[in-house]
Amino acid sequence: MTVMADPFAMSLAFKLAQRNLFHDRLRLVATVVGIVFSIVLVTVQLGLYFGFGRMVTTMIDHASGDLWIIPAGAKSFEDPSPLDERNRFAALSANGVFDVTAVVIGFAEWRLPSGGTTPVFVIGSDVRGPGLHPWNVVAGSIDALAIPNTVAVDQTYFERLGVTGLGATAEIRDQKVEVAAITKGIRSFTTTPYVFTSLDRARAYTGTAANKAAFFLVHLAPKANVGSVQKRLQASLTDVEVLTQAEFRERSRTFWLFDTGAGAALFAGALLGVIVGTVIVAQTLYSSTKDHINEFATLRAIGSSGRYIHQVIIWQALLNAVIGFTIAASIGFVIVDQTAESALPIVMTPALTIGLFALTVFMCVTSAFAAIIKVMRIDPAMVFTQ
Amino acid sequence: MNIHSIAIQETTEAVLEATDVVKVLGSGAGEVRALKGVSLSLAPGELTLLMGPSGSGKTTLLSVLGCMMTPTQGSVRVCGHSTKEAGPEELAKLRRDHIGYVFQSYHLFPTLSALDNVRLALDVRGEHGRAAVARAKEALATVGLLHKLRSYPRQLSGGEQQRVAIARAIVGKASAILADEPTAALDSQNGHAIMEVLARIAEDPTRAVLVVTHDPRIVPFAKRIVRIEDGRIVGEERAQQGEERSSVEERDADDERGVVVKRKWMQR
Repeated sequence: MTVMADPFAMSLAFKLAQRNLFHDRLRLVATVVGIVFSIVLVTVQLGLYFGFGRMVTTMIDHASGDLWIIPAGAKSFEDPSPLDERNRFAALSANGVFDVTAVVIGFAEWRLPSGGTTPVFVIGSDVRGPGLHPWNVVAGSIDALAIPNTVAVDQTYFERLGVTGLGATAEIRDQKVEVAAITKGIRSFTTTPYVFTSLDRARAYTGTAANKAAFFLVHLAPKANVGSVQKRLQASLTDVEVLTQAEFRERSRTFWLFDTGAGAALFAGALLGVIVGTVIVAQTLYSSTKDHINEFATLRAIGSSGRYIHQVIIWQALLNAVIGFTIAASIGFVIVDQTAESALPIVMTPALTIGLFALTVFMCVTSAFAAIIKVMRIDPAMVFTQ
Repeated sequence: MNIHSIAIQETTEAVLEATDVVKVLGSGAGEVRALKGVSLSLAPGELTLLMGPSGSGKTTLLSVLGCMMTPTQGSVRVCGHSTKEAGPEELAKLRRDHIGYVFQSYHLFPTLSALDNVRLALDVRGEHGRAAVARAKEALATVGLLHKLRSYPRQLSGGEQQRVAIARAIVGKASAILADEPTAALDSQNGHAIMEVLARIAEDPTRAVLVVTHDPRIVPFAKRIVRIEDGRIVGEERAQQGEERSSVEERDADDERGVVVKRKWMQR
């Protein structure tokens, strides 16, 4: 037997809230515009924040290695000071270490075929083993970087580098280079193009001595304990720090997002969005409640509890949140799509989307407090004088 | 007993009972003693009119009896429950459980249909679903508006709106129906119809109906008239058993001597 759902099972509080909301369309539009403005602003700011956070750690995320040996006090991946190769040998002799590979980074001048120069950020590691290699290769191959004087560049920077594709040539430090691999989407938040090459070529392009490297990537032996090896290495090596990938990522992120103030600025923008949204929703909810004050007084007079009245107002706030968020999220996805190919893409993850919805609901419900306080101060006896 | 109050003896258990009620409104220079020792009880099965000039304390008394206010002094009992020291939520519960209101300007929700306006009184009591809808329809049928259940207040005449308000007041099986000038905004025909509905409700032996009014045309519907002036009850008039409504007797009580004066009511 089919059991029919009772269409009247739901409280009228929702219906009343919905009717109150849609009764004054102009006010609804004003409220929704306020929420949309606020949430789009927050979406952009937080999307930039997460996008930036992701970009500043992208090299660490794509490096293979269980531990990083970095110069003591290095703030980020882009903050190199050369380490001596002796550290690599010392690390190789430690228990639990399977392999240690060097990574060389540094700025260099790229001379365009047509003349003129542009700065590039060179990254080099041993192309025949695990290390830090280009990813998202869309033309050529990583193996091709084993050929002397070859590099990999991202297609985003073709124009900046004056190249058109595979086989294009240019010069770095007066040494001829040929594009042997092309990647897609490896962009630098500093806007300086990344150039991947082999370890020895990177040393040559950046002027790094043959016995020096910026970092060493430690690959552990099977079943070796990361924490124990980290402690052993830290104890045996001097003037370096041994960090897990997660620790180095966090350090790099903290430096770029907070120590430089960039993240704080983005957070401030997001906070401003939340404040503006809360004030707009609070103001409109409050004035809507004032407009319906006789109805709330009548509700109170016929014996409704404070809880019931809270329900009506909070339903109104939640409806505002759902309508506002739906529109704001749609706009947000368009912005995400439009910035996907830019130097600093706005990131929208499922978690961020859920978080933004929760924030919208929180903002709208918080905004309802002023209205609730107003309603709870109503003297129900006012219905006799209205 | 306060010398300004008149105790009105009832033979049946009172639905609402006020004893020596004093109500002070405002404070400081703006302080007003709106009620100055009022005692009144409402018995089920009768319609009582509360009459008096503007500013006499009618609405304040209605508010106190209807648990919208607590008295400054004295006591109010609603179906045996005292309102003394009751907070706003306790007062709301007493209203919800025992009292139905009918207001001069109806106070219907413009965005809800007649049916939903009536359902609302059940909804605030936590009664939803088909059973609540059936009861709301029954209440609308009682006031003769079942055919208008989907109409919105703006689509109803004043009289019809007031009948919806009465349906809302009675749907929760309230023991006391308190009506504030229910005919003031209506023409004589609609006013008469509303009073007929209220009088019929008052015939229910479980319900008391109190109507605050200025309107002398509705006097014939009352079993009892209480007069209030300057915050004191100054007279009570009661229809004699078996007497026609159009010719009932009035008794005025002198608050100091307790003398009952009888006089004929004027016919409408």
